[in-house]
Amino acid sequence: MRIFEPHIHMTSRTTDDYEALAAAGVVALVEPSFWLGQPRTSVGSFVDYFDALLGWERFRAAQFGIRHHCTIALNPKEANDGGLRDDVLALLPRYLAKDGVVAVGEVGYDSMTPAEDEAFSAQLALAVEHDLPALVHTPHRDKVAGTRRTLDVVDASGLPRERVLIDHNNELTVPLVAGTGCWMGFSIYPDTKMDETRMIRILSEYGTERMILNSAADWGRSDPLKVAKTAGAMLDAGFSADDVDRVVWRNPVEFYAQSGRLELDGVDADGPATFEGNSVRRGQPAGGPA
Amino acid sequence: MITAGALRSAVESRTDQSQRAWLDDALDVLARNPAAIRAHFPAVGRRVGRGPLDPGASGPFDWTVDDAARTLLLVALGPAAAAELPALYRHGDAAERRGLLRALPFLAAADVAGTADAADDREAAHAGDARDVSDVTDVAEAAVPLVADALRTNDQRLVAAALGAFAFAHLDDDAVAQAVLKCVFVGIPLASLEGLDERVTPALSRMLAAYAHERIAAGRTVPAEIWPLVDRHPPEAELAAIAAELEHPVAGRRAAAGAALADRAALAEHGPKI
Repeated sequence: MRIFEPHIHMTSRTTDDYEALAAAGVVALVEPSFWLGQPRTSVGSFVDYFDALLGWERFRAAQFGIRHHCTIALNPKEANDGGLRDDVLALLPRYLAKDGVVAVGEVGYDSMTPAEDEAFSAQLALAVEHDLPALVHTPHRDKVAGTRRTLDVVDASGLPRERVLIDHNNELTVPLVAGTGCWMGFSIYPDTKMDETRMIRILSEYGTERMILNSAADWGRSDPLKVAKTAGAMLDAGFSADDVDRVVWRNPVEFYAQSGRLELDGVDADGPATFEGNSVRRGQPAGGPA
Repeated sequence: MITAGALRSAVESRTDQSQRAWLDDALDVLARNPAAIRAHFPAVGRRVGRGPLDPGASGPFDWTVDDAARTLLLVALGPAAAAELPALYRHGDAAERRGLLRALPFLAAADVAGTADAADDREAAHAGDARDVSDVTDVAEAAVPLVADALRTNDQRLVAAALGAFAFAHLDDDAVAQAVLKCVFVGIPLASLEGLDERVTPALSRMLAAYAHERIAAGRTVPAEIWPLVDRHPPEAELAAIAAELEHPVAGRRAAAGAALADRAALAEHGPKI
């Protein structure tokens, strides 16, 4: 089974997780930029974070034959920090021009404040300007209303719907997004958002078109292998191998390929020996990972 | 709300002589040199202790000895407090931030009277007209962004400390509604939110009902405590959608709807009005 993991926060995962992902069939992934659990206090922290997504994480992934891409944005939560917002937004165009940046994201709503409205619209405009798709986070609180408002903002932005992935859907938001032309993301978590059984029901009801599964694994309770496990559950439930390939490979690849910056050929499993002098393979037996 | 004087008595009853001596000295120093708060504030836990102020009460809304001592230190700054708040918060760890957030209602009251001692006398008036805040601009200006920051975390104790009388006096309806939803998400009991009663808007009732519907559609339990708030302004569309879940083809959704609506009915009949 080949898996494209379209939303996973590897910054908060261990190198063992990269190894487990590779063993489960993940050969490419996208790491969206997001908040870090506690607010950053200066624009320099964003610079270092974006550089790590483009540098260190790409290197770590390559050690296990995984092609690492990222999305760049000011996340909705930190969009509420008036002291930072303008500086970070001003920084984004420099990063949105880079190789390996396959979308603007995660953008969208957290508390649906006017500041979030402003940052969301400004960043959708950046997506149009930089010819990139957008990865849109939907809020935990007041989710259905937030999803409706998200779709309105997307339409007002001029970004074509097929270039928008609306993420973290559940039973009540799918009916709003299905049929809009936007892609639908589902974060399969151990105990929040969506689980495997519920996901199977949604796929049975709505089909596999524009459906994209992710683990969204981060520093919270999460499981980086949830996409592989849900793929297995799909097979158990009677979906064909082609159905599974569509939702865990062809759909996310088709979505992010709209950036023109997806690099899926020639992944070098060995990678360079060190990254700025630091090898993640310290302690590995001779011969390195399988 | 507890008074500053009562906080001081409680701290004194929970500390030994050397701890009390440190606190007395700190209060004395700060009255003369407000900038000394920058070194005193982080030291409070190790100097006066960190246990519950009321032995046996250790919920997210209960005071700790360090919370109370930090509040006393900030009150001792008098009018100089507002200017110190942003950096104390920004450089503070979770315990320092909690103490600062808990202190805000005392500072807002002291700001009006100009002296810490008069704070107690102002509290009744402040509580009685919580949204008349035009005369507490300095502390409010400094502290509202700090409260908003704390409410963006998922730390139960920080969220609880942020949601005191100061927050209910200064946050707009949208922010209050988001904060209440945050409490539901992180498991902070809504019954502990003093001041929520007057801030339940139709939008908040609707958001809580929509949350219940999401939980039911996922086949999950709904916290019973939300129903009295939903029923303050019953949102027709959301409640109809929840009722329709009783007939849903997925058994788990029917069961979740049945359990949730049974809780709602029981609370409507017997439950305390929040």
